[in-house]
This record gives sequence, C-alpha cells and structure tokens, in this order.
Amino acid sequence: MSGVEPAGGRWPSTLPAEPGVDLAGLTLAERILSVKAGRRVRAGEVVVVPVDQVMMVDSIAPSALAIVEDELGGVIQHPERVSVVVDHVAPASNVQVATTQQRVRAVARAKGLRLFDVGRGICHQVLMEEGLARPGWVVVGSDSHSTTYGAVAAFGTGMGATDIALAMVTGRTWLKVPETVRVRLSGRRRPGVAAKDVALEIVRRLTADGATYASIEILGATAFGAGERMTLANLAVEAGAKVGLVAPDEALRERYQVPPWLAVDEGAQVTGETEIDLAGVGPVLSVPFQVDNVHPVEEHLGVPVDQVFVGTCTNGRLEDLREVVRVLAGRPVAEGTRLLVIPASSQVLQDALADGTIAALVAAGASIGVPGCGPCMGRHMGVLAPGEVCVSTSNRNFVGRMGSAEARVYLASPAVAAASAAAGVVALPGRTPEAPAVDA
Amino acid sequence: MSGPARGGASGTGAWSRVWRFGDAVNTDDILPGKYAPLMVGEDVFQRYAFAHLRPEFAAAVRPGDLLVGGRNWGLGSSREYAPQALKLLGVGGIVARSFARIHYRNLLNLGIPAFAAPELVDLLQDGDAVRLELDRGRLLWRRAGGEQESLALPEVPGFLREVLEEGSVLAFFKKHGRFPGEVPGGERPDEPDS
Repeated sequence: MSGVEPAGGRWPSTLPAEPGVDLAGLTLAERILSVKAGRRVRAGEVVVVPVDQVMMVDSIAPSALAIVEDELGGVIQHPERVSVVVDHVAPASNVQVATTQQRVRAVARAKGLRLFDVGRGICHQVLMEEGLARPGWVVVGSDSHSTTYGAVAAFGTGMGATDIALAMVTGRTWLKVPETVRVRLSGRRRPGVAAKDVALEIVRRLTADGATYASIEILGATAFGAGERMTLANLAVEAGAKVGLVAPDEALRERYQVPPWLAVDEGAQVTGETEIDLAGVGPVLSVPFQVDNVHPVEEHLGVPVDQVFVGTCTNGRLEDLREVVRVLAGRPVAEGTRLLVIPASSQVLQDALADGTIAALVAAGASIGVPGCGPCMGRHMGVLAPGEVCVSTSNRNFVGRMGSAEARVYLASPAVAAASAAAGVVALPGRTPEAPAVDA
Repeated sequence: MSGPARGGASGTGAWSRVWRFGDAVNTDDILPGKYAPLMVGEDVFQRYAFAHLRPEFAAAVRPGDLLVGGRNWGLGSSREYAPQALKLLGVGGIVARSFARIHYRNLLNLGIPAFAAPELVDLLQDGDAVRLELDRGRLLWRRAGGEQESLALPEVPGFLREVLEEGSVLAFFKKHGRFPGEVPGGERPDEPDS
C-alpha cells in the first residue's frame, strides 16, 4: 500500500545471523554498530564501520563527487553501494541546475553508481522501494531525513558532502555511538489520528534538541504500517536525533529477513524514556517557525490558507494520497486555495493512477507534480509569495523554508491538509468548513 | 576551495568582531535552500549567508569574525554548503550554548572551530572585539569599556582536535590515511564521553 514492499517475498539479509560479539544489555544502535565494528561498543565510543549504502541527492552530489575526484583519488570502493537520486530540483528549474545535473549524471554513469533520475522519486522513498535500506544496515545519506531508514531498523543518518565522499572512497564511516532515548507508544490511536500527528507529538515531547545526537528507539509501533513507520523515523531528526529506530517486530519480519540479534533489549541502558498514550494524541499542527512548536489543530482553525502541499519523504506515499481523497469526500478545493500533490515516487504515482486516486485528486482541483521533493525546501514547483500561508505535509516550517521569508508554513497530516484544502482555511476532517476563526 | 585566511592563530594581533545570534539558528537561516550552490552557482552562494535572518552579514563579515549563538545552533539540514559558506566568508569560529549534531560535524569536518560554551555566550555581545587563540585554548575579549579579559575555551574531544590541527577532515585523512579517532591496524581504546 505504501509502495515499500518487495516485489515478491522478503528482502534477504546480508548480515550475519550470529552477532559474533556479546550484545546483552545493548540498545538497537549499539547492537548494529557492535556487529559492524566486530566488537562490543557502548554509547560515547568512536567506531569506524563499513557502510552498506551511501545515498546522495542532486544538490549535494556535485560537491561530494568533486571531493572524490579532486581530493581523494577518484576511486569509489563499492560503486554498487552508492545511489544518486535526482529529486531536490527535479526536473531542473534553470540552466545552472540543468548543467550541474548533467555533470552528475555523467560521473554517476562513468563510475557505475546507481542513478535514480528525474521523476523516479524522493531519495528515501526510492531507497526503501528498491531494498537499499534493510534491517541492521548502516546507510549514510546526504540528507538529514536519512533517519527514515530507521523504519526498518537500519542505522540511517544524514551527513555532509565531505563525509559522503569519504564513505564512497573508503566504504566506511566514523561514528560516535549514540546514547538512546526510548519512546514507548501505548494504547490505541483514535480514528483520524495519523502517524504524522504521533511523530509531531514525539517532537513536541522531546523538543527540537531533546534527542541531540541520540538514537530514538521507538517501541510499540506494531499497529503502524510500513509507510507510517517511515513517517515516525523521518521526523526523528527534528528532535535532533542521529537515528530513529523503530523496534523490529513480526510485521517487519514479514517483509525483511531480520537478523535474530536485531531486537530491543528492555534492560539496555538508555538516557531517557517517554511514554505516549496514543489515545491521548489528536490532530496537531506544527506552527511557524519551529517544528517542535506543536499545537492542537483546534487552536488554529480558520486561518486562511493559500496553498496546501501534500507530498515529501514525510507524507507523499499512496496511503497519504488516498487519505486526502477520503477526507475530500468529493468536495472540490476551495476557491482561492491551491492544492498541490506530489507523489513520493514513480511507484506511488503508478499505484495512485491505477486505483483512481490521481483522477479523484485532479477532479477535486489538485495539481499533480513530478515525483520528487517539490517546493519543500523552497526551490521550485510551488514556492510561496510574501504573506502566503501553506498547510504542508512536509517536515520543516523554518523562516523562508518554502520560498518567501514572509510566508508561513504549518505542518500537518494529510487528513488535516485535505480538510484545509476543502475549507480554504485551517480545518479538521469531519468539521464544517465554516469553523469559527480562532487565530486568523 | 580555499577561503580567505582565517583569524585565530595567536600572535597575529588581529581583533575580530562578535556576531551575536539567538537560539535555534537553523541551516535555512545560515544558508537558505533556494541559494544552494546548485541553484545560484558554486562561486557566489556564500553571499546569501543569513540572507533572511541578517541580510547585512555576508557583505560586512570579516575574516576571523566570531559567531555567537544560543541553543541548538545549526539544527535542520545536512547541507555542508551552509558551513562552507561561513568558511568561504572567513568565519573564525562559532561559540554556542549547544549545537545540532549534523551541522557540528560538518563544521569540524571543514575545520571551523566550534565550541559549546554557555558561559561565554552569556558574556559576549554583538559587536564585541575578540581574538581567538586556539593553540592557547583561549578567547581574548575586549569589553565595551575597553578592558581586556582572557576567556578559557572548553576542551575539544581528542578525535575532533586531531581534525582541527590538520585544518579539515580531508586534510587529516589525506595525511594519515585513516579517520580521526581510529587507531591504525586494530582495536582502538575506548574513548567514552568524547
């Protein structure tokens, strides 16, 4: 449903079934890095570990590849473990971008790297669909939302161009083993409460630096689907985390071969633990201009909305698009409001075409964009004018993030985004569009 | 890419100024995504440093200047071109209450000294004259009244000091053929809390 299942059967593991080191009392992050390092390591130690997959996007690949070529001898250790995804400005918005991407394509082909070109989709979604992030793998990406791979208990983390270049050339990277903050989800979600709401509640609880350099170990997500887990892990970085690891469970083992040692040890030493009763989580907004500025949607009902954006690595999957159609329930997009929908990948787009989701969105008045990052970081395909308000399913609402520094971005679930598109103001699903303005 | 010479070596006699920022300065503040090198060119993107937050900064900053921030400096993106822009502008160092992890690593990789030092943040005001003396582990600070004071910088963890001494992680790697903190040819001793 989320486009992240293997075509047939389970993704096999490339990791040893036996850890080879004593893992008793270790967190998920410590377990992964211990097995990779070949010795028992604890939080605070520095390790150098092999990298299973290096991912870079079009905005970083030029400098990372230039470092490889100009500074490090030009030889990439394992080209088959390197993915290049053209998604951040795709298709190219001007000649400058087009020329740079042309160069990146040529280098990627010459060096035998995996190239996912314009339209294939957003890096994190694509790697998951392609089985290029698996349980227990170390995946380093040139994008901070590489924590997304933690949805399948991969040690996914974001790095800059220099680290990406070094990982390509050496096949390894250096890491400080992170402390762990445990988030325990309990109870049952109320109807209409999305994984996005839960993820934002986690960020609110921990705050934007509450998990700095930590691994967030997420327990109790068994009822969350594959795509929903990606949403949870995706937003871990908004609490400052190095990784966000969803505890492996039966559902994960149905899709992936999971090494037996990759399991939560309740006795492991963690630096903090917070429990979230899902029954107490409602629809929320992340209000400008900080992601941890999370409030109930009720507090902002009626704020006029110029644009609604549904997409990104956080919420651009099939289930998200379907949720928009479900909430719209045949209603058109409000006069004066634009609804922009950008599927997270070509696979999502195909599936959404096949089941009628795209047709329903277009009928409601939505614009459909080329699979990729869209306007999320303010470069193209829907940037905002001064004074405009956008309700977005993306992950950042910083000043100027989506265009003008005088625009305001509210982060929300696909359901709240859809309700707001239909109402033309911030709205809740199932409420009348004439909801009174509380904070306009 | 080599930027203007950085201030910071002791004995240069050069005084720099403090640029004071608040809490939660994010990477979109430091270098907005729409001004990435990919978008505007690799030779000019640094001109857009703090384009929204402090538009006068890029034109007025001088080599060696010190940025002072509050909590969680550099949260957000992994974009190395944010610290790269600061390096190209010659920023001598950053002192903040705390740093976001990806950005902190990018700063150190590029050889920009970064110190989590809340007690210094409490003292330093916008426009203050300072001189960063890394090898002596101190910051000389001239108060508004003209009185001079020597402030101790917090110690940098060993594996990061290795990087700073070589100028960047690339320089370190090229010289030593290994990663910082890595002991060649085998097990390395534990370095907890570094």
